Amino acid sequence: MYDPASAITGKQAVFEAHPDNAAVKALAALATDAKYDRAELTVTVTRDNILAAAKAVQQAGYNFLEDVTAVDWYPSEPRFQITYHILSHSLKERIRLVARLNSDDAAIDSITPVWPSANFYEREVFDLFGVHIGGHPNLKRIMMPEDWNGHPLRKDYPVEGYR
Amino acid sequence: MTPPVSAPVADITGPAAIDPGIEDVVANSARNRQNTPPNDQTMVINMGPQHPSTHGVLRLVVEIDGETVVALAPDIGYLHTGIEKTCEAKFYQQVVPLTDRIDYLCPMTNNLTYCLAVEKLLGLEIPERAQYLRVLLNELTRIQSHLVWLGTHAMDIGALTIFLYCWREREDIMRIYENVSGQRMMTSYFRIGGLALEPPLDFYKQVQDFLTKMPARIDQYENLLTGNPIWMNRLKGVGYLSAADAIALGVTGPPLRASGVDWDLRRDMPYSGYEKFQFNVPVSDVGDVWARYVVRIQEMRESLKICQQALDGMPTGRIVADAPKIILPDREQMKTQMESLIHHFKIVTEGFGVPAGEVYQAVESPRGEMGYYVVSDGTAKPYRVHMRNPSYATLQALETMCKGRLLADVVAVIGSIDIVLGEIDR
Repeated sequence: MYDPASAITGKQAVFEAHPDNAAVKALAALATDAKYDRAELTVTVTRDNILAAAKAVQQAGYNFLEDVTAVDWYPSEPRFQITYHILSHSLKERIRLVARLNSDDAAIDSITPVWPSANFYEREVFDLFGVHIGGHPNLKRIMMPEDWNGHPLRKDYPVEGYR
Repeated sequence: MTPPVSAPVADITGPAAIDPGIEDVVANSARNRQNTPPNDQTMVINMGPQHPSTHGVLRLVVEIDGETVVALAPDIGYLHTGIEKTCEAKFYQQVVPLTDRIDYLCPMTNNLTYCLAVEKLLGLEIPERAQYLRVLLNELTRIQSHLVWLGTHAMDIGALTIFLYCWREREDIMRIYENVSGQRMMTSYFRIGGLALEPPLDFYKQVQDFLTKMPARIDQYENLLTGNPIWMNRLKGVGYLSAADAIALGVTGPPLRASGVDWDLRRDMPYSGYEKFQFNVPVSDVGDVWARYVVRIQEMRESLKICQQALDGMPTGRIVADAPKIILPDREQMKTQMESLIHHFKIVTEGFGVPAGEVYQAVESPRGEMGYYVVSDGTAKPYRVHMRNPSYATLQALETMCKGRLLADVVAVIGSIDIVLGEIDR
């Protein structure tokens, strides 16, 4: 069974435990927090640094963007957690980049200049969470109709919808 | 284009985003019309959502100049059912039947990905026998899904006979599904911690019969198609996608391997015991629709090999992990032992708590990388379940593959990327 004590938390501890990891090296200056849990590396960066962090891990050999999504931690702040999963074909490793946003300023830069495949994923985050994606080439709703009220995956949106 | 939130980073020189969006296609076409004489004007047409060759409810807005595609933008969301939202209101074990309905052509692969993700959160060890059965059923699922792809892809292009042959073999796999799980399509056979039921006695013989006759059947399909000049003319040199574009646009699975990228999660990041099996990963560097056809046909043959190895090396033992607080007890035990009755009652009424944390589990589905991102806050219901589906990303590459080609080739290209709209819209 999973042992919570096996997780390494904190930037310092993770960076000391995995000094040779390519992503750890690339993000040494940009990371604000890190976690190594269940054999998965999570690195947190600030919102303004997300594009620079994406570029840095791409240059470190993480060539394939797998997924962009969000988690709504309502009612705690910072409310939105934007999660990026990035894979390296050559290193056979995966890294999770995380940026946290406050609810009064839920906006983040698009990483489409680095990976064009982020296009649909970021539109989905915009549509279902209402997070503004700055610099996105085509920021429109993708799943819900254009005139839909609200953002369904937010935690304050009822599961059965508004009746 | 929306303005960036923070100051732009100066040295980014990645490839430009490619999908133009529907409004842009329409507006561009209108602009072109103003400045061009009537004979050179382009036209905007709608393909779908009720078009038989769009494999579901995909709407494409296509700008054409005569018969040539100038621009193309997909419009999706017609099948959006909010499965990710629904998952948040269910217990962990109640999410399994929802996962079937995402990609209805590979229910077992969806079940497997979700179960592996939750097992990773729990830190559960799965018995070897359950792993082997999961691999066996997953490879049968891959063959089944590829048969649907081959049948419909060939039918789109005009080869109607092959459709009936593919459905004949698919029916065999459907019968295996029904035998093992009681359902033909929405199997829900995998459970967190193992499998739902011990497979019936004639299951192994049924699978062996299928594995014995299938290689000759694949030869039969190839006899009908591979040397067929019409088939070759429609497929060769159509829908080219370079390796760099495939990676930039998030393409995975057979289309990625057909573009020359040697990457298969089963071999490179093994899960569920795939490291114990020997198989080849077919790769082609041609990058067209033909290469995708060849790669998938070879994959079916490799899947048969894996199935045979799983059947021959099937270990003995339990099909569920030893975790009484997570896995429902045996029916007989429940009726005779107090402990089991309590566990049964608790699991059914209040689920089981999962330690807080987040995991991402990816498997190689018939269409590419299928990933489940599960976030737990320590309660019995998942805080967030997100599915990374292969077709969703692959659809972004459609424009690159179709631009500058004939409108009739769009149908061939859609068939070759093998999309399932259920998993795109979720």
